[in-house]
Amino acid sequence: MAIESEVLVVGGGLAGLTSALAAAREGAEVRLVSYKQSTLRQASGLVDLLGYTPDGDGPLTDPYEAIPDLPTEHPYSTVGVDTVREAMDLFDDVTDYAGGHTDTNALVPTHGGTVKPTARYPRSAAAGLASDDRDLLLVGFDSMTDFDAPHAAAHLEAAGVPFDVRGETIRFPGDLRADAKVTRYAKLLDTNGGVAVRGRERPAREALAQRVNPLVDDEQRVGFPAVLGDDDHAGVRAALESKMGVDVFEVPMGPPSLPGLRLEDRLFAALDAAGASIETGNPVVDYDGGGRVERVYVEKNGAEIPMTADQYVLATGGLVGKGVESDREGVYEPIFDCHVPHSDDRYDWFDTDAFGDHPFAGFGLRTDDELRPLGTDEAVEFENLRAAGSVLGGYDFAAEKSGSGVSIATGYAAGTSAAAEVR
Amino acid sequence: MSDAESPDTDFEPVAPNTGEDFEPTEVFPDSDDFDLRPGADSCYKCSICDTNCPVAEVDDDFPGPKFQGPEQWRLKQTDDDYEIDDSVMDCSNCMRCDNACPSGVPLSQMHNTARGEYVSEQMDKTSVEYWRNRILANYRTSAWFASKVPRLANFAMNFGPARWVMEKTMGITSERDFPEFARQTFREWWADRGGADESRRRAREARERRGEPADADKKVAYFHGCYSNYNTPEVGKAMVRLYEHFGYEVVAPEQKCSGTPMFANGMLDDARRHAEVNVSSMSDLVEQGYDAIASCTSCSMALRQEYPELFDIDGIEEVAANTFEAVEYLRIHEDLRGAIREADVDGDLADEFAYHAPCHARNQGLDRQAVELFRELDGVGVEDVGESCSGISGTYGWKEEKYEKSMEIGDEMFDHMEHAEGDTGMTECPTCAMQMEHGTGYDIRHPLELLSAALAGE
Ligand SMILES: Cc1cc2nc3c(=O)[nH]c(=O)nc-3n(C[C@H](O)[C@H](O)[C@H](O)COP(=O)(O)OP(=O)(O)OC[C@H]3O[C@@H](n4cnc5c(N)ncnc54)[C@H](O)[C@@H]3O)c2cc1C
Ligand code: SF4
Ligand code: SF4
Repeated sequence: MAIESEVLVVGGGLAGLTSALAAAREGAEVRLVSYKQSTLRQASGLVDLLGYTPDGDGPLTDPYEAIPDLPTEHPYSTVGVDTVREAMDLFDDVTDYAGGHTDTNALVPTHGGTVKPTARYPRSAAAGLASDDRDLLLVGFDSMTDFDAPHAAAHLEAAGVPFDVRGETIRFPGDLRADAKVTRYAKLLDTNGGVAVRGRERPAREALAQRVNPLVDDEQRVGFPAVLGDDDHAGVRAALESKMGVDVFEVPMGPPSLPGLRLEDRLFAALDAAGASIETGNPVVDYDGGGRVERVYVEKNGAEIPMTADQYVLATGGLVGKGVESDREGVYEPIFDCHVPHSDDRYDWFDTDAFGDHPFAGFGLRTDDELRPLGTDEAVEFENLRAAGSVLGGYDFAAEKSGSGVSIATGYAAGTSAAAEVR
Repeated sequence: MSDAESPDTDFEPVAPNTGEDFEPTEVFPDSDDFDLRPGADSCYKCSICDTNCPVAEVDDDFPGPKFQGPEQWRLKQTDDDYEIDDSVMDCSNCMRCDNACPSGVPLSQMHNTARGEYVSEQMDKTSVEYWRNRILANYRTSAWFASKVPRLANFAMNFGPARWVMEKTMGITSERDFPEFARQTFREWWADRGGADESRRRAREARERRGEPADADKKVAYFHGCYSNYNTPEVGKAMVRLYEHFGYEVVAPEQKCSGTPMFANGMLDDARRHAEVNVSSMSDLVEQGYDAIASCTSCSMALRQEYPELFDIDGIEEVAANTFEAVEYLRIHEDLRGAIREADVDGDLADEFAYHAPCHARNQGLDRQAVELFRELDGVGVEDVGESCSGISGTYGWKEEKYEKSMEIGDEMFDHMEHAEGDTGMTECPTCAMQMEHGTGYDIRHPLELLSAALAGE
């Protein structure tokens, strides 16, 4: 015996979650197995579709318009622009993100003071859009050094935003330790827990609003680093807005990212609601099979737990997620040993300039038009295995700003066609 | 973050990471310390682990897993006089951080070793805190005494004035009720029932009924742990009946505490002594083809992960590789789903349950098992009450100075339990059960009890 399902998805990042969700919604019996938490917690929580072309042109206004001109090996070319749209519809359906009302990219200020073209953004970031012309105040906390509000404001100003922007730094009420965790702020605000202000216990939300109020001139919107609550982030924002009489928004931050974490929670909940089985904490390490994957093995401290399915989706991420690994000998995909095209000379893998055009950024699997990985001989490696997300090659998510979009689109395509095989 | 400045820009594709080539090596010849530097080196300071830490979420003085693990390790490597920071004693050993690290840093192993070193080298052995921790960690010893006179123990342990004295002199919170001791321990029941011989007889009967070969190789060694022996023998009995129903012969070998409370209190020598007994009895059986089965997820976690990470005992790897959680094992080897689809429950277990997944089930990939398994069982509903840690973390919530924090961590779970449909709780972990009951007043059951009632009819 083994643990059985119709579609088995390996990897719990954006790509794995989307493919499991797509397959489950098509009626397939789905199981998702993931090792660690996904790179969503490291990402900003913004969902980029395509911000720049592979040649660096941009920022693009309409990512969908640019997709047909991408190179053939690009994952968007593999799945086609209609599938990208359907995939984004699924995403919009299960999340509460904003941006779905238009094809054009939104411009969202980042914690470094740059403006980033993105397709979907958390509602909590909505009042901060750079295309809005209301004046803006950024508020940073002196204990959170990753966000220097005056510096970010100066950057935004230099970028030519159509409004006045100022930055102020305050002490978070209650004097949290200098390296307090983002979850500590979030929990305090979620529960409106007590903080000591001049010797008196005050509820955190009130204390924060009171501290910021005197700093607001005539700005109509105030941005904080993205630590405004976790479970009840909408409640935290609404409370601050009513106490401050302005719109409040969050500026997406570097890792660890609360918006990324909230998105992850949301997607897991949707997957649960769709009836899929989920298992995290242990890696898939091996498989049985020839032209078909018969079963895979999940490793728990030496014990190998067999799992079988009819169709498999590989969504184990790229170099960061550990779906693609490298050593001195080469670059490889560790579970199925799918072929990863790369130069034999490892000095060709990266550019000597740190910010150069690194080939490793595009490392990943090549597939047929059904997302099935191809071997050296251009033949499909396994008839029932599809790949999705940053385990795929042919694109550079950091340069193009396409990371989440590619994961969602290919995840959706892989999940939908895997489900079609079993129905 | 905006990926314009993602760590990718200085990503070195040939940098070492923990993976197959990660092997802790001993550098201090006469000590139990491992050099975890390769693990520390692969930390790229993304702080994702910190987002998982339930203690850092409520305790402003706790610097979090990244500091406790890789950072402290580096400080120690570069400065011979560096003393382990005493905050390591505030880590509850929930092991949630392990689940987070995208780079495979062995965080809980680092915490356990650092804590062991702190206790053995820096902690005052005459302090109240040391002895309090030691008593809490050696629950098995107290439980053994108590089980000899369960009625008296149940009374004395929860007798108000005595509890007041315990709090004032020993720092054991008087807010909690001590768990009740069973009148008959699991082992007493097991022996009365006829031990392994009786189990073999029943298993054979079941195999005949199931049409399986009489000599089928189906045998398991039950690691019942302290709690289901002394406090909740009904869990152990359910395990035995269920396994026999599927034709498995059960043995209950000699065993001590799994060591979980000792790891959390840095008492590695105590833990090792117990581990040696457990590994030796289990590895003999593993050699004879038995698999080790635990009904407590902290016990299975200890045997599977902490033992091989911390100790070097003959047979330890084999035991780890052949240890399973009780329900998980049946899912792998039997058509449990099929059986559940055809079953139903009535009586007092026909209920709606508010299920909490213990932290130590999470790393084993078992946090969703109960919810998914019972979806198709007629007569019951099992609702997941969310991913929050229960907050008690074994001995952590028993300490007077930690009690409030432990309740603050658990608050989200209590809240979700109260909003769930049922008024009965469910979990695999005995201390989580204690916390669930304490926070909501609900009765708490183990999934094995439900399974056994549905399938083995008892
Ligand atoms: C630092 C950083 C910042 C980013 N910022 C942005 C941004 O601002 N906007 C944007 O749109 N995109 C951003 N991205 C990109 C985006 O997050 C990723 O492209 C996308 O989320 C990748 O999703 P994935 O599912 O393919 O892979 P991952 O998220 O890497 O998930 C892979 C999953 O597979 C699991 N796994 C790996 N091996 C195994 C195994 N053997 N068995 C079982 N499970 C396994 C992993 O544990 C992980 O859960 C960023 C990425 C990074 C790293
Ligand atoms: S999650 Fe891992 S890599 Fe990130 S800070 Fe923690 S230990 Fe380091
Ligand atoms: S084991 Fe738990 S309490 Fe300890 S550092 Fe890790 S997450 Fe925090």
